[in-house]
Amino acid sequence: MVIKGLLYTKEHEWAKVEGDIATIGITDHAQEQLGEVTFVELPAVGREVVQKDEIGVVESTKAASDIFSPITGTVTEVNTKLKTSPEIINDDCYGQGWFCKIRITDKASLKNLLDAAQYEEYLKGL
Amino acid sequence: MKLIFEKSAAGRRGVQTAKSDVAETINIKKEFLRDKPAEITELSELDVVRHFTELSRRNFGVDTNFYPLGSCTMKYNPKVTERIASYPGFAHLHPLLPQLRGGGMLTQGALAVLYEMDLLLREITGMAGFTMQPLAGAHGELTGIMIMAAYHRDKKNKKTTVLIPDSAHGTNPASAAIAGYKVVPIASTDKGVMNIDALKKNLNDEVAGLMLTCPNTLGLFDPNVKEICDLIHSVDGVTYCDGANLNAIVGKARPADFGFDIVHINLHKTFATPHGGGGPGAGPVGVTGKLVDYLPVSVVIKRDDGTYALEYDRPKSIGYIAPFYGNFAVILRAYVYILMLGREGLVRVSENAVLNANYVRVKLKDYFESAVDTICKHECVFSPSKEMLDSGIHSLDVAKALIDRGFHPPTVYFPTTVKEAMMIEPTETESKETLDAFIEAMKDIAAISVKSPEKIKAAPVTTPVCRPDETAAVKNLDLACL
Amino acid sequence: MPFIANTDEQRRQMLAEIGLSMERLFSDIPKKFQCGRLNLPQGLTEQEVRETLAAMAGKNSIDLTLFLGGGFYDHFIPAAVYSIISRSEFYTAYTPYQPEVSQGTLQAIYEYQSMICRLTDMQVANASLYDGGTAMYEAMMMTLRITGRNKVIIDTSVNPIYRVMIESYTRNLEIEHVQTQCTTGQVNREQIMAKLDNETAAVILQNPNFFGCIDDFSDIAEAAHKQGALLIVSCYPISLGILKTPGAMGADIVTGEGQCLGLPMSFGGPYLGFMATKMEYVRKMPGRIIGRTVDRNGNQCFVMTLQAREQHIRREKATSNICSNEALCAMTALVYITLMGKEGLRQTAQLCADKASYAYSRLTAIPGVKPHFGAKWFFNEFVLDLPKDAADVIVKLIEKGFAAGFPLSRYYPGMKNSMLVCVTEKRTKQQIGMFAEALESVL
Repeated sequence: MVIKGLLYTKEHEWAKVEGDIATIGITDHAQEQLGEVTFVELPAVGREVVQKDEIGVVESTKAASDIFSPITGTVTEVNTKLKTSPEIINDDCYGQGWFCKIRITDKASLKNLLDAAQYEEYLKGL
Repeated sequence: MKLIFEKSAAGRRGVQTAKSDVAETINIKKEFLRDKPAEITELSELDVVRHFTELSRRNFGVDTNFYPLGSCTMKYNPKVTERIASYPGFAHLHPLLPQLRGGGMLTQGALAVLYEMDLLLREITGMAGFTMQPLAGAHGELTGIMIMAAYHRDKKNKKTTVLIPDSAHGTNPASAAIAGYKVVPIASTDKGVMNIDALKKNLNDEVAGLMLTCPNTLGLFDPNVKEICDLIHSVDGVTYCDGANLNAIVGKARPADFGFDIVHINLHKTFATPHGGGGPGAGPVGVTGKLVDYLPVSVVIKRDDGTYALEYDRPKSIGYIAPFYGNFAVILRAYVYILMLGREGLVRVSENAVLNANYVRVKLKDYFESAVDTICKHECVFSPSKEMLDSGIHSLDVAKALIDRGFHPPTVYFPTTVKEAMMIEPTETESKETLDAFIEAMKDIAAISVKSPEKIKAAPVTTPVCRPDETAAVKNLDLACL
Repeated sequence: MPFIANTDEQRRQMLAEIGLSMERLFSDIPKKFQCGRLNLPQGLTEQEVRETLAAMAGKNSIDLTLFLGGGFYDHFIPAAVYSIISRSEFYTAYTPYQPEVSQGTLQAIYEYQSMICRLTDMQVANASLYDGGTAMYEAMMMTLRITGRNKVIIDTSVNPIYRVMIESYTRNLEIEHVQTQCTTGQVNREQIMAKLDNETAAVILQNPNFFGCIDDFSDIAEAAHKQGALLIVSCYPISLGILKTPGAMGADIVTGEGQCLGLPMSFGGPYLGFMATKMEYVRKMPGRIIGRTVDRNGNQCFVMTLQAREQHIRREKATSNICSNEALCAMTALVYITLMGKEGLRQTAQLCADKASYAYSRLTAIPGVKPHFGAKWFFNEFVLDLPKDAADVIVKLIEKGFAAGFPLSRYYPGMKNSMLVCVTEKRTKQQIGMFAEALESVL
């Protein structure tokens, strides 16, 4: 499932841009591939990240996926609920399963992202 | 079944310790002592023996079941090797003895085993020198990459990357990364071998070398292996052969001849030493002439008078990989095995291993999806058929159903480049009768998967436990009984 | 052909059934690479190989009375240890990736992990590493991952063989090694405290140390933690029968060599590296880990867990490249500990200390023989200064039937006359007495 209005990466992250804050998460395709999420490693609040930097890990019993930052900016908030209930990512990856929020410092980095239609095309080709 | 801690009863003793025959009882300063004894169990010898005997009956082993784990080479472990490894002349030998002045003369038999094994492995692989120090295959991989790095440092080459096929065993990229290199994965073709164009695209002066499993992890011999090695050499890269699948070519072909500069061997695979439930193993590493100077120390040499000695004076050596000379008792077992097989036996090993795998492959190819439709080497890879997958049956289910039929499952979900992979490696120690029974079981499972998939999903039903909850194991971590 | 199942007739039959020939099966290997006959001897029969190897074993000297330690020990091994671990359901089994057919191995390793934690006062242990040296190296790498720093402090009282291994492994990496010099027998606290700062990832110490001296590192643990650094302690399991545990001292990671727990000395291996740590670091710990869970019917069972850290999943980002470990050796250690039991382990440790103390008194009473260090307390090893080159004295004592000790000049410059003597519970008062007489006679 791909949601309109969000931006996507080829590494299966999504970004919801509201003003200069982007909320980040992993897509339905990613959570399905992983299976039941058992552990999430979140970035530190305040960390400055460049687009494509590794900002965390999502683990299941059989796999571990690195999360890459879709944009360049500063981490302002992390979803601490994921520490105790990582499986929220499976249940609601675009909503309650958000990963972190980043204040965008380089708006140009948004240009490299895919829109919903492009991401859907990309998934078809996999 | 109860934990051993639950069987403990205050005051029970297993083995009695001798009474002290010296007058002193030393009372070490209180601050240096533990405040109460360790919470160790108190059990009689019978309690202990019963507990472990019961545990042993919850295991499959090669001695009890056919164990066709692809890439693991679960061949029979000869009992004579256990007997010899327990000879007091080997088992009771302190490793520091040859490091005493003149101490080499106290351990000539053991040094001879190490030296002779080096020579045997050189002949088998075509390499110019071996180190017995690596304590496992992955340890051998790390050793090999460290030798690669030492070579480049010596030649003042600026190298940062190692090329590794995407089908490689996870230890390959892990070893390269630990040694300080960046890993560049190289794609495979749909025929399961290395994509030469992908290799050429990633070939540049930063490439320190290549790690290639040969035959590869799909059980195929890459026809371009010489070209691949030549390409790496063209940038003064070093070629590393992961010899985990040596069982397919032992006695028939030698990695040095394909252009490999370094090879590691898994003694617990090709040379029949027991797997022990996960170890110990041994991963000797062989190198071509240009790399011999970098081998770890000590090296066992033979002097002109025929005596053996440890040599440490190797200025270009990468140092110590292990505390001593390697997992000696494992090396000893492999040495005995090679002596018993001899030149003709070793050829028979690969011939029968390859025949057994192809026999299974041909007989099952109409019932399962073949990963690649060619002659394989010592292992074959299948996936469940489309009909099975449509019925909701995955490789894991096939594996569990085999357990109920008395077989250890094949390797599942490796190599990762094949979806729903099931890799079957019979080895040459299995008979046609066993293979026929396995084939019938697989055909049976394939049929039932489509007719009554719920029966397969319910498997295994003959074991003490069924489908442990691995997710709960991670989420509710219980890693020790304290 | 030994160990090869199918007869010539069966081969012919199988080839016919699948419509292939042996030549065809190997046609994928270009003819120029097919090596032809290897220059190897003909195969030996079981009888021949036993005779050959018995002769080779006979060329190894095992009659010397051992006062040689240095991290590897001649301890008593109960017969039941061999009986149990030579059950082929244990030793011919594979890594327990299929839990339903490996509950024996899995439960045993879980019990081993538990036992290591109880011995060392730590919270979680892994399923084994290769040996005490690689375990120390892995612990060091773990502290680099946890702290993000790259400086480590290590005292020269730590096993010199392990220090050479660590230096070898890290030559291609950007790690700053600071060595503090042991001069009194205990660690050099002054130098450690001076070098400890907020760039330090870890302090690596050993107890009892290589010289046999005992210490309590609680103060160093505290100082390290104040700087955000970690304390790694390598220990000797038998000594934990009576000595203060690394856990009680505040160690963050405990490693060591488990050979003393029921494994024969076997000229270099296989040995047993153990590692235990605090629960908060479990995800950074290398190696396999067995966990307890339930199956689909609610039955207690065991599985390999936290596999997402390991090489087969994380590949180049794994905590380590380790795959095969020392599982059977870990099981051996577990069996040994359960046979010795609470009292047995304590008594064995006390015997080692008592006999070492007696040997120390006898040997230092010899004219010209002095203790090297000022530190008073040792477990079962101590360093003696001789009036002559220790390596030469050892040669003479071998002729008299004793492996007297380890000549420290091998790894420690300036200690030419020093010898490391070890006494285990297997040494009798009579042997110690005869050793003292022999030493006196060669000086």
